[in-house]
Amino acid sequence: MSDATPTPTATPERPQLPAQSPPVDPAETAVASNKAGSGGKLSWWRGDGGDGAKRNLGLIGVLAALIVVGAVTKPDLYGDPNWVWNNVLAILQLASVVGVVTVGMTFVIIGGGIDLSVGAIVALAGVWCTTVATQSYGAGGMIFTALAVGICVGLVNGVLISYGRLVPFIATLAMLVAARGLAASISNKQTQVSSSTFINDIAARKVIGIPILVYILGAVVLAGWVVLNRTTFGRRTIAVGGNPEAARLAGINVRRHTMLLYALSGLCCGIAAIMLTSQATSAQAAMANLYELDAIAAAIIGGTLLSGGRGTIVGSLLGVIIFATITNLFAINGLSIEAQNMVKGGIIVAAVLVQQFQFKSVTRLLARNRVTTAT
Amino acid sequence: MALPEDDPATASAEAVAEAPLVEAPADTVAGEVVLRLTDVVKTFPGVRALDGVQLEVRAGEVHCLLGQNGAGKSTLIKVLAGVHQPDSGQVEWRGEPATFTNPQAAMKAGIATIYQELDLVEDLSVAENAFLGHEYRSFGFVRRGRMARHTRQILSRLGHGEIPPGRMVRSLPAAGKQIVSMARALSHEARLIIMDEPSAVLAHDEVGNLFRIIRELTAQGIAVIYISHRLEEIREIGDRVTVLKDGRTTAANLPARDTPTRDLVSRMTGRTIEYVFPDRPADDSAGADLLQVEGLTRTGEFADVSLSVRAGEIVGIAGLVGSGRSELLETIYGARLPEAGTVRMDGKALRPGVGAAVRAGMGMAPEERKSQALLLGEPIYRNVTLATFGRYARLGFTNAAKERAEADRIAETLELRPRDVDRPVRTLSGGNQQKVVVGRWLLGGTKLLLLDEPTRGVDVGARAELYQVIRALAAQGVGVLLVSSEVPEVLGLADRVLVMREGRVVREAAAGELDENTVLDLVMAGSLMEGAPA
Repeated sequence: MSDATPTPTATPERPQLPAQSPPVDPAETAVASNKAGSGGKLSWWRGDGGDGAKRNLGLIGVLAALIVVGAVTKPDLYGDPNWVWNNVLAILQLASVVGVVTVGMTFVIIGGGIDLSVGAIVALAGVWCTTVATQSYGAGGMIFTALAVGICVGLVNGVLISYGRLVPFIATLAMLVAARGLAASISNKQTQVSSSTFINDIAARKVIGIPILVYILGAVVLAGWVVLNRTTFGRRTIAVGGNPEAARLAGINVRRHTMLLYALSGLCCGIAAIMLTSQATSAQAAMANLYELDAIAAAIIGGTLLSGGRGTIVGSLLGVIIFATITNLFAINGLSIEAQNMVKGGIIVAAVLVQQFQFKSVTRLLARNRVTTAT
Repeated sequence: MALPEDDPATASAEAVAEAPLVEAPADTVAGEVVLRLTDVVKTFPGVRALDGVQLEVRAGEVHCLLGQNGAGKSTLIKVLAGVHQPDSGQVEWRGEPATFTNPQAAMKAGIATIYQELDLVEDLSVAENAFLGHEYRSFGFVRRGRMARHTRQILSRLGHGEIPPGRMVRSLPAAGKQIVSMARALSHEARLIIMDEPSAVLAHDEVGNLFRIIRELTAQGIAVIYISHRLEEIREIGDRVTVLKDGRTTAANLPARDTPTRDLVSRMTGRTIEYVFPDRPADDSAGADLLQVEGLTRTGEFADVSLSVRAGEIVGIAGLVGSGRSELLETIYGARLPEAGTVRMDGKALRPGVGAAVRAGMGMAPEERKSQALLLGEPIYRNVTLATFGRYARLGFTNAAKERAEADRIAETLELRPRDVDRPVRTLSGGNQQKVVVGRWLLGGTKLLLLDEPTRGVDVGARAELYQVIRALAAQGVGVLLVSSEVPEVLGLADRVLVMREGRVVREAAAGELDENTVLDLVMAGSLMEGAPA
């Protein structure tokens, strides 16, 4: 347009920005504009934004450290590959139920909200799907009921927050109390035994040596990753959480999307309810106690920003696995649950501190290198 | 003390200070150099924000800083305010080398900063904001009475004794908030006050009041660093000018009143340009009515507004901040619900809500880029496609490659710098961020573009480019409804102009039939900004 600059000093476009290295830029543009609709092989796997991957490296470091601690304290056990494999499966199985809940929680938090009612929804869905009346419809009826209850309760949360303009913290806190109350009332405070062998087999069975619960976790995590990074739903989630006003003025229906996020969280709770019921072969109003805290902690450790707009599914999964590994570590060493909780608290703080430190220092280092090499 | 100009604000404010505004620091000699920067360098990840800045500020002068967006003005201010520490170079404060390791240290030394985005705590009172961080207290209790008294004293000397110290800052209009910021600076006994585009949030008559205050401050030997994009303001209030470009000082200590505009602009941009408006099409090429607004009303904001925009036509709305123009735009866009009246696109009444407006072909670039339009941490391409990513998606799956290609095309058309569409929007300068916002609506399907202050905070060079873009869009048949505080911009760019005052359209005419003075008279006539609804 009018960039015909007569003075030589202004000719190179921002020489102080060497980050924009010429060889990369045209190449990428060429690939990007190559052919629309090809799905972009360059970047199909590249999700979660560039920073997320760096942050997740820190989490893998923490996980590695925990494994080293395990190996040092119980060298005899870790010397047996068979035991190690079974232990990995045990950890994953331990992580599976909370992991499914955490995926939903991650969406809600990235979307700028919080869901304190997840544990209560799991309990309500579990209790509802194991009533005598529901069980008479068989396993299909039970699964349908659990999922439907989860979605419906999530929708109630969503409607209250989006259209009733309640603060998410308050709305889901109220639901936490109310849903457990309803669960206790439905179950008459009794433990309801599941008589469906199909349901009970989910937790008991393995396929190709791996528990079905772990497959379910894997499927939910994979689906969550795809939805967050590759769908319009995920893009809207990041927009709504990152800058709701900008999203609204860009024509995104922020309220409806917020409502759907809570429904999604509810759906995850419904899935978790089936898994948990299967594990216990029963359900009761007190089940899934404090899952909300585990899920929020795992998401935060995983790098999800509590103020919304940023977060990764992989990070959340790593957060859940780190927690499960700690629990497992204490169990094989025969230590008390009290000590375990103290360490968990410390891990939450430490993980976040480490991530912040590492993230800042890495970017600073990179920046310094770029500038010095350029000048 | 400088005599107050005869502007409406001064005339109405009876509390013109007879007493000195603040006690002059006893040891200040007028004309003495209070601040001297030599070869100051500051780098950020990927950017050399300051690359050898020289600056010399004397006591009692208004020293203007000029530079395009991204020239390093904001970084320089933050170095002076102690927010950033320079990587190298000397900062000399009152004759001695100084390093301000944090904002408190700078404040203690006597440097107060009034930021562009006012850093007030909205839910504290005026007095609490003025004394934030250095409250009067005894035994740990805040002495509210004393603080309120002192605040009232400062405010009345600023000509705004009518602002109650106990009022929540949230409830004040923008001009009032700025007065509170200034009161905070005075509560610190500042020797140097830095003002970052103070006039950007002010209505015309408030600017006169601001200048009066600045003159009184400098008469007391206080130095002022004044940053503005408006050359005429610099001519009026400034003593000397320092020009920055790409983080370097390109000219220092030019006389503010006599230096030719051409010189200033060429030193800022490295080229000689002025506000260049693209030519209007020779014949009346505008098509059928695109947007029809009838009797639109929102109590306290605007009343009974009727207007129309034809395809290929640029319609400008001139009016002061608070005249209801931004609210009108947002209501047309469906972001606010009208109490009465209708909005039609292509003859069809719009259903309420932004979604319906966007589907009908409207797009809006809102007034506040950062808070209303951008996801700052997200890459450029995702911001460009924020309104359209659904169109490239198939079965709900986004198509990032296609989005990047489209965003890259837009980046090329708008000459976005840097061009890399994977960079976070945060790293762009204001003008380039605005291009991203406008570019969002160039991705097809937009028939009517609503632009609210499209060039606010955008430098001279980028402005001309934006004007070209807007005209080019109109030539393609897009209707444009433009709101701006800058009358020359409205007159130069628009085909037809509506003048708004206090929520009503007071004049409608072809742009050629109006001149700047006529419009200013219409805009200002009987306006009482103080009482106007914010």
